[in-house]
Amino acid sequence: MREVELAIVGAGPAGLSAAIEAAKAGVNVVLFDENQKAGGQLFKQIHKFFGSKAHQAGVRGIDIGNNLLKEVEKSGVEVLLDAVVWAIYKTDTLCVTHNGKNMMVKAKKILLATGATENVLAFPGWTLAGIMGAGAIQTMINIHRVLPGKRVLMIGSGNVGLIVSYQLLQAGADVKAIVEAMPTVGGYAVHASKISKCSVPILTSTTIKQAVGKEKVEKAVLIKLDKNFKQIAGTEQELDIDVICLAIGLSPLSELAWMAGCEFADVPELGGFLPIHNEDMQTTVPGIYVAGDLAGIEEASTAIEEGRLAGIAIAESLALLSAGEAREKKQSILDRSEQLRAGPFGLSRHQAKEELIRRSLKQ
Amino acid sequence: MTLIKDGFFDRKELEKLPGVPSKERLEKGPVVVIECAQKIPCNPCEEACNKKAIKIGDSIIDLPVLNAELCNGCGLCIAACPGQAIFVVDMTYSDTKAAVQLPFEFLPYPEQGEIVDGLNRAGEKVCDAKVLKVLNPKNFDRTVVITVAVPKKFGMEVRNIKLKNGRKNG
Repeated sequence: MREVELAIVGAGPAGLSAAIEAAKAGVNVVLFDENQKAGGQLFKQIHKFFGSKAHQAGVRGIDIGNNLLKEVEKSGVEVLLDAVVWAIYKTDTLCVTHNGKNMMVKAKKILLATGATENVLAFPGWTLAGIMGAGAIQTMINIHRVLPGKRVLMIGSGNVGLIVSYQLLQAGADVKAIVEAMPTVGGYAVHASKISKCSVPILTSTTIKQAVGKEKVEKAVLIKLDKNFKQIAGTEQELDIDVICLAIGLSPLSELAWMAGCEFADVPELGGFLPIHNEDMQTTVPGIYVAGDLAGIEEASTAIEEGRLAGIAIAESLALLSAGEAREKKQSILDRSEQLRAGPFGLSRHQAKEELIRRSLKQ
Repeated sequence: MTLIKDGFFDRKELEKLPGVPSKERLEKGPVVVIECAQKIPCNPCEEACNKKAIKIGDSIIDLPVLNAELCNGCGLCIAACPGQAIFVVDMTYSDTKAAVQLPFEFLPYPEQGEIVDGLNRAGEKVCDAKVLKVLNPKNFDRTVVITVAVPKKFGMEVRNIKLKNGRKNG
């Protein structure tokens, strides 16, 4: 069996950032990802990111991804692609299928940075062809440059729904409307304004009643919702469309953490059930760490900071960084993360993270 | 019509923002209009301004505050704003026309001299607009800044353009 110091599952922004920080401190790192290319969702993010200069604000996600890949290459981290990690045993052994071959890897420390999975919404007709998640659409338009259809209905006005609507317009699709069950727009107003000024209506207090079509979706029936989210009969509206995009949130992709015996908490502000972790991103199972969307659904910028934090904490736990050095590095990361969770949009995530850390101390 | 209910500003919401210059200042010449209304963590506009006319400060969620006296309307902040919320308006462009600089990320780009539709914040066509300039330097990183001339009364209305003659954006 192969033995490594640190095995990281998932080469998205969190996994890559952790690998870079740990390797810089001298940790022997192997990074596994089931995809053909590292970078996670970053290569679908063709828009400019928010934050400050320290968070690479103003840089497009795709370029942040390219920079991380270059750094990983320089750092000497071994990146295994087409490598599916499908089990954890005894909290220190990973079962991996790499290029079709099975192997076991024993690691002193494991970081799970598996990301998230898209939530779905069931409504009459929802299994028709042409109804898909926002992530799938981003993959089609921004990676493979294939339009899934011409006329799109977007469900959900969070930042993902707004950003993917804008990217669909850029790709040449006609976004007919964005519907939002809540009475107000979910995402940032600046994203909403970008869509509005392109003549896309955002219909709040509205949901989809039904998708209609023979072999694929041809029409969506929309309906207004009252204050209690009950459908108001007689307010139906029909839209001719050939794609319905679901952008109604993400949930942490947590199977490996369950399997390792990590204790979980249900934190709706951070996307639901996720592993309880401490300030160092360590779960309730010693030696197993989490970062990125698995540790709470947030943005890629936050995943990068959390990955760095985990990488430094792991290097410290392997005695490759002194407590003093680690403290200084961790503090600057925590300060940057705090900035990203400040303000009305970040407040509930900020509080939820603090509560999680308090719970980890009680364990 | 409000920002959080419909996704775009009404006039009253807009006038209250610390990044929006006074009517008096607008009439003096080119000046930036920062249509940023929510406390989100973001500050590239502050750094983009070499006149120090935009102030956010250490707390990066604070709204950008415009010192309109320091702003000369150079427009360097337009492409720097990840939210595409910054415009430059010159109400003195001519006796009848205002010039509006706006960010644009759709292909094909319009050409200098081309007549396009001027769209308001809700995406409704309010007037024809003549393209005066298309700026696409490397440091704008694929956010093109387009200057259009529009009737003066639409200087604070036109925030997007659409190509005519079936030339489709996207």
